[in-house]
Amino acid sequence: MDTPTAFTPLSALAGGVLIGLSAVMLMAFNGRIAGIAGIVGGLLGPAPFTGLDRYWRLAFAAGLIMAPLIWLAVTGAMPEVSVTDSWPLLAVAGLIVGAGTQIGSGCTSGHGVCGLARLSLRSAAATGVFMAAALLTVFVTRHLV
Amino acid sequence: MKVVLSALAAGLVFGLGLIVSGMVNPAKVLNFLDIAGQWDPSLAFVMAGAAGTVFIGYRLVLKRPAPLFAERFNVPTATKLDARLMGGAAMFGVGWGLVGFCPGPALTALGTGAMPALVFVAAMLAGMAGWRWLVRD
Repeated sequence: MDTPTAFTPLSALAGGVLIGLSAVMLMAFNGRIAGIAGIVGGLLGPAPFTGLDRYWRLAFAAGLIMAPLIWLAVTGAMPEVSVTDSWPLLAVAGLIVGAGTQIGSGCTSGHGVCGLARLSLRSAAATGVFMAAALLTVFVTRHLV
Repeated sequence: MKVVLSALAAGLVFGLGLIVSGMVNPAKVLNFLDIAGQWDPSLAFVMAGAAGTVFIGYRLVLKRPAPLFAERFNVPTATKLDARLMGGAAMFGVGWGLVGFCPGPALTALGTGAMPALVFVAAMLAGMAGWRWLVRD
């Protein structure tokens, strides 16, 4: 999957600001960190959250999933998703991402955006480690294997 | 009810941000991570825009006594750098680098109807649930 992509700094920055605004909204309204792995993880396992704590998590996930439909309604096109079609690779990566984010208490949003913005040392360390691991993984799969 | 509707709105804005920024597209993510290849630095601008906005926004919001629709702010208090944090982050990074999906973009990509996103999200939920069952969390 070495599809070339164009450098799009302005839309990247604008999208980033939207992501940031969402995180600020969730803190201002509900007092919660916008960490996707934490929000979704709280719905799973032997002791998932119940009641309202369950429903706001489901609602946030529903919003994420419904966003492309709004995009389609406004622009007339679905956003581009260009990804491997290897089911085994997707399944292995999904399992590792799922387990890894629960073990490490966060992902790109919780540690990488909210945690860094809070100047959390744990999040800074986690972000450094997952960025390094991701860079190394791409280097190995694209340039060594 | 307000807490649910505000979470829905925040989720929509987050998903639109992932779409506008291009982060919903794994090809763009992998090209960001591929410094030795056809590097696309766009995602650095996504991270900067997002973290910068949150840095300013949290400063304003956390000055208030409480959130609008909940009793208190739930902000993580752990400070210890331990093997669990580092090991989990390393695992996550490897999975992210393998196909270019992290949890948020995978859920938003699912909404486009892309079949690979469905496979990834199903496995991701299994991985999350599996670990939580394992440690009884």
